[in-house]
Amino acid sequence: MKRIVIHEEYCMGCRLCEIHCLVQHSKSKQIIKAYKGEFPKPLPRVLVEEQGYLSFALQCRHCEDAPCLEACMTGSLHRDAETGAVICHEDKCVGCWMCIMVCPLGVIARRREGKKAASKCDLCAGEKIPVCVQHCPNEAITFEER
Amino acid sequence: MVKTKYLIIGNSIAAVNAVEAIREIDRHGSLCLVSDEPYHTYSRPLISYYLGNKVEEEALLYRPDYFYDLNKVQAFLGDKVVSLNCREKQVVLEDKTYIQFEKLLLATGGSAIMPQMPGQNLAGVFTFTTLDDAQRVKKFIATHQVKKAVVIGGGLIGLKVTEALVALNIQVTIIELADRILSATFDRTASRIIERALKGIGCACLTNTTVKEIRQGEEDGRVGSVVLKDESQIECQMVIVAVGVRPRVDLAREAGISLGRGILVDEYLKTSVEDIYAAGDAVEAYDLIAKMPRPVAILPTAAKQGRIAGYNMAGGRKVYEGSIPMNSVELAGIPTISVGLTDPAMLADVDRRNSLEIIQDYRERESIYKKIVLEDNRIVGVILVNKIDRAGIYTGLIKDRVDVAYFREYLLKDDFGLLSLPREYRKHMVIGQGIEI
Ligand SMILES: Cc1cc2nc3c(=O)[nH]c(=O)nc-3n(C[C@H](O)[C@H](O)[C@H](O)COP(=O)(O)OP(=O)(O)OC[C@H]3O[C@@H](n4cnc5c(N)ncnc54)[C@H](O)[C@@H]3O)c2cc1C
Ligand code: SF4
Ligand code: SF4
Repeated sequence: MKRIVIHEEYCMGCRLCEIHCLVQHSKSKQIIKAYKGEFPKPLPRVLVEEQGYLSFALQCRHCEDAPCLEACMTGSLHRDAETGAVICHEDKCVGCWMCIMVCPLGVIARRREGKKAASKCDLCAGEKIPVCVQHCPNEAITFEER
Repeated sequence: MVKTKYLIIGNSIAAVNAVEAIREIDRHGSLCLVSDEPYHTYSRPLISYYLGNKVEEEALLYRPDYFYDLNKVQAFLGDKVVSLNCREKQVVLEDKTYIQFEKLLLATGGSAIMPQMPGQNLAGVFTFTTLDDAQRVKKFIATHQVKKAVVIGGGLIGLKVTEALVALNIQVTIIELADRILSATFDRTASRIIERALKGIGCACLTNTTVKEIRQGEEDGRVGSVVLKDESQIECQMVIVAVGVRPRVDLAREAGISLGRGILVDEYLKTSVEDIYAAGDAVEAYDLIAKMPRPVAILPTAAKQGRIAGYNMAGGRKVYEGSIPMNSVELAGIPTISVGLTDPAMLADVDRRNSLEIIQDYRERESIYKKIVLEDNRIVGVILVNKIDRAGIYTGLIKDRVDVAYFREYLLKDDFGLLSLPREYRKHMVIGQGIEI
């Protein structure tokens, strides 16, 4: 499957990926509305970790043997038969956080506003290239067949 | 007589994951599944959400309604397997259907423990592990004016029922035999935080005590009160008994399959009998933390074992590495996660107990608690209260037995993340999936 590859040596910590991810997963798809006017406020599904000069953008690896799929008690986490991506069916999710307990990369966020639900990378279902990759100015994340 | 290549007894977490694993390898081999519950596969942990009106009945489904068709499963629902003959490779159902199999999976789960006590058969006394239980409780509450309830057992299930009852405006008293609630998974500090929060939502927790009798009220045959060990009496219209679940092994026992406290399995999840596998709450598999075989009745374990057993039944050869007890539960608005060995006091082995190290961060006013238990510089247990984000990083470190000596001062920081880990391990985590970092 096509996956997002991380190149930590190129990451500048600008967090543009987080911004574009949040907007992509908002209702309005407009940056100002997404940040200021939506309830529940959308969350970015990519996380930039930063310490001193070191930084990198991290999102779900869509693991082959995904522990989150085994831990999900509602069946809302499932693997998309076509893309192989691990997707959360947020309507079905009850926010039990079993998935957060087991994801070894810590890339599932808790949406607590409104209806509780797990929030994670869906590889921008519908887009040819995930928006974080599209907008990274330094190719610190790329989308490749692996 | 029905003949099938694969037969699965059970229709819950372990069974469903086994079906999916079998179908990854063998698209067409005939597959039958039997369950004595008359429902499509549902998520057992959701029954308390259902009771508390947080989810509708349709939302209980663990898989979409086309699951059996998609996976070519012939499902016998609402029919019980009454006997198993290992030599003939045959089972008999209650309605006298005979099924002959090549490979069998026992995914029979657990059943609620009901301690003997006077009054246990009164109307208004329930256990709480199945959808039928939840429906009975719901109906009882709707038809009788339940204002006060007693929950016997302050473990995970007892507290989840408590939450549901509170949501229905019922006043709950929890009766716990140990000196604190959640004593099997939490340490004293974490138990205290939750106990305080439960009191905050109007529940009473009575510890170090037990119910010795349930008495009927004025209404004939219905619960009116419980009597505790010290003779004190608590008025209530309903009693939920949630003192634990035990592996359901009756079929296996009668068939002569080796048992411990659960069905014994090898590392491929095969029982003592060739071609018969077992998975889930019914099983006693190796516990990586206790370092001995032990039933670990949690959903992720049931799912994982179901998958592995399924692969192996279909000709694969996967090893079950062992279980790590863990749970994530939000009680009285406080999210908590506990993984592995959370309190050295739980260990019987004194030498091992004394070799453990603890690091912790307790902010009492905010009810924030983070505790990490270390053994030889490796994490063996974690408790997180209120700050649970990215908890899985710890779980990963436990599973992979990573030496944390070089970064242990970062472990408790609120921004602890992959960047705090050694570069090599970070690489390994993502390279495992064929990706560089
Ligand atoms: C209220 C509640 C809350 C829970 N919350 C959590 C939680 O938050 N996190 C967590 O990790 N775990 C939780 N659990 C535990 C979790 O539900 C179990 O670990 C999981 O369901 C085990 O799955 P299983 O497939 O092994 O067995 P089970 O779910 O017990 O299913 C066994 C199946 O086998 C069938 N069966 C058994 N014997 C026969 C027979 N002779 N003939 C026909 N059919 C038979 C039964 O009808 C049933 O369908 C909770 C459990 C309960 C009851
Ligand atoms: S959420 Fe975590 S465990 Fe699940 S597939 Fe993604 S990286 Fe793997
Ligand atoms: S929080 Fe949602 S996605 Fe995560 S395990 Fe629970 S139900 Fe599944």
